[in-house]
Amino acid sequence: MSYNINEKGYYGEFGGAYIPEMLYPNVEELRQNYLKVMAEPKFQKEFKQLLKDYVGRPSPLYFAKRLSKKYNTKIYLKREDLNHTGAHKINNTIGQILMAQRLGKKRIIAETGAGQHGVATATVCALMGLECIVYMGEIDIARQAPNVARMKMLGATVVPALSGSRTLKDATNEAIRDWINNPVDTHYIIGSVVGPHPYPDMVARFQAVISEEIQWQLQEQEGKTKPDYVIACVGGGSNAAGAYYHYLEDTDVKLIAIEAAGLGVDSGESAATSVLGKEGIIHGSKTLLMQTKDGQITEPYSISAGLDYPGVGPMHAHLYKSGRAQFISITDNEAMKAGLELCKLEGIIPAIESSHALAVFEQKKFKPNDVVVLSLSGRGDKDLETYINYFKL
Amino acid sequence: MMNRINQKLQEDKKLLSIYFTAGYPNLHDTETILQNLEASGVDMIEIGLPFSDPLADGPTIQASSTQALKNGMTTEVLFNQLKDVRKSVSIPLIIMGYFNPMLQYGIDAFCKKCAEIGIDGLIIPDLPVDVYNEQYKTTFEKFGLINVFLITPQTSVERIHFIDSISNGFIYMVSSASVTGSQSGFGEEQSNYFKRISNMNLKNPQIIGFGISNNETFTQATTYAKGAIIGSAFIKHLSKEGVKETDSFVKSILNKT
Repeated sequence: MSYNINEKGYYGEFGGAYIPEMLYPNVEELRQNYLKVMAEPKFQKEFKQLLKDYVGRPSPLYFAKRLSKKYNTKIYLKREDLNHTGAHKINNTIGQILMAQRLGKKRIIAETGAGQHGVATATVCALMGLECIVYMGEIDIARQAPNVARMKMLGATVVPALSGSRTLKDATNEAIRDWINNPVDTHYIIGSVVGPHPYPDMVARFQAVISEEIQWQLQEQEGKTKPDYVIACVGGGSNAAGAYYHYLEDTDVKLIAIEAAGLGVDSGESAATSVLGKEGIIHGSKTLLMQTKDGQITEPYSISAGLDYPGVGPMHAHLYKSGRAQFISITDNEAMKAGLELCKLEGIIPAIESSHALAVFEQKKFKPNDVVVLSLSGRGDKDLETYINYFKL
Repeated sequence: MMNRINQKLQEDKKLLSIYFTAGYPNLHDTETILQNLEASGVDMIEIGLPFSDPLADGPTIQASSTQALKNGMTTEVLFNQLKDVRKSVSIPLIIMGYFNPMLQYGIDAFCKKCAEIGIDGLIIPDLPVDVYNEQYKTTFEKFGLINVFLITPQTSVERIHFIDSISNGFIYMVSSASVTGSQSGFGEEQSNYFKRISNMNLKNPQIIGFGISNNETFTQATTYAKGAIIGSAFIKHLSKEGVKETDSFVKSILNKT
């Protein structure tokens, strides 16, 4: 079995491009060009140069000594939190802004939930001098004021999504509508491995720099390129896709995906898509998504805005269904506790998304000699208020 | 027996087709709206099966869908409301909806139910042409349902010919690069596009939708095409005037007093 995308744009039975005809030319233009453009030596050179000089890559692969001691295993943290703008998101936006330039696009649109992808998009638009419009749910705008301000400082226009539940999924709908209305000059930078083909594959390839680096960094530190486990949190799933990418076909490397259970998988307030989701179509992709039995998409919940998405990318749906990856759900409380623990043990304040991944060590026992690589997808600055309120700091 | 859509397309007149969202403004308005529209002289009706995330639609239709879902509309409820529709309505009826609710109902079961009720066709904006052709065409044909595909000003000539080749009713021509309800009036660009498609001499007649809201735009569209579809403008009318006043709306479009 293959865990990569096939020539029709599917991972197993998941993926494809379930889009209205109005979007077909836009998506088709991208599909026909993305691999060709990415293979150009000039593109690769520019992409790598920006990742190095602007993003600050390679991000360190840090052996977390005290954390390892506590859980009696060998834990390496892939420090995506140290990237410019504070998370892995910028790997993708750098790649896509270069893609947009190659395709001659003048106007960039994006969706954002918590605002991290919006900030990463606004950042690269400022870098390249391109117009930037970010769609954000009206409710998210109210609860993520600092990121809204960041985007504005970076020159982006933030447009409130007023439809539906006025959160991430609606911001995505609005961005798609904008693209329908502006089919010629606009590129849509999707922030995760979701959406119609070729987005999941393109975003995964831009994020694949994460596992590419893990290979040689592990070689330097452990004398081998392969860890026993790669662990990452999954909302849409882009940091996980990047951390898994070069290990997808190598079943010696076990993959663990951490989902947000919210207040508990059975509480009705959860975002654990693998457990609660069913196969269906969301944002142009056949995948697992949370929905009513009637096929209406439901609103997920997690304390972490970045994991608060009712679907997962089609790659992850396939990894789940095929059993290639183990999926574990972590509640708000478990994540917050694990986040604080990393602060105390390693002096790193993680994003709450990453805190979910860190909570795996209370759930699953690893052997003392296991080499466990965990993608620390983002830093916790953006979550300070949530931490303050939660721990009454 | 010939499908009602094909029969209607053979009539020597320009066709007016109206879209409304089932379950809006009130859950049980469906039958009244259908009967009133037929009585007012509408040629064909698209019954919208509401969806939580209708990404090809503008704010008017999305708001009506959200309200319809709040009112309790589901696939099952709609099928129940339509159970006896053929006793009182004889014009072609099309269900327009997004793919996920149909997928959850089961495509085979959905089509079977449509055939039992007397639905003549489906419009599913997010079911791609190639997926339909490879996976669902046989099922639709088995139940005598016509699947209607969209084309836009950006659709390539080659693709239009492909869509024409697998269609057996009409082609839904989206008037401009836009979601529903976002246009006011047609300019030269649209006229040229309407002419261009008209000159292709496709096997399927075309019906133009998106941006038709009054007699002027209806006339412009039907100068080149077999008919026109009105959605958002009718939804707006419904929210202002309620279900009883559909007659005045239809007359204003057809310019009859």
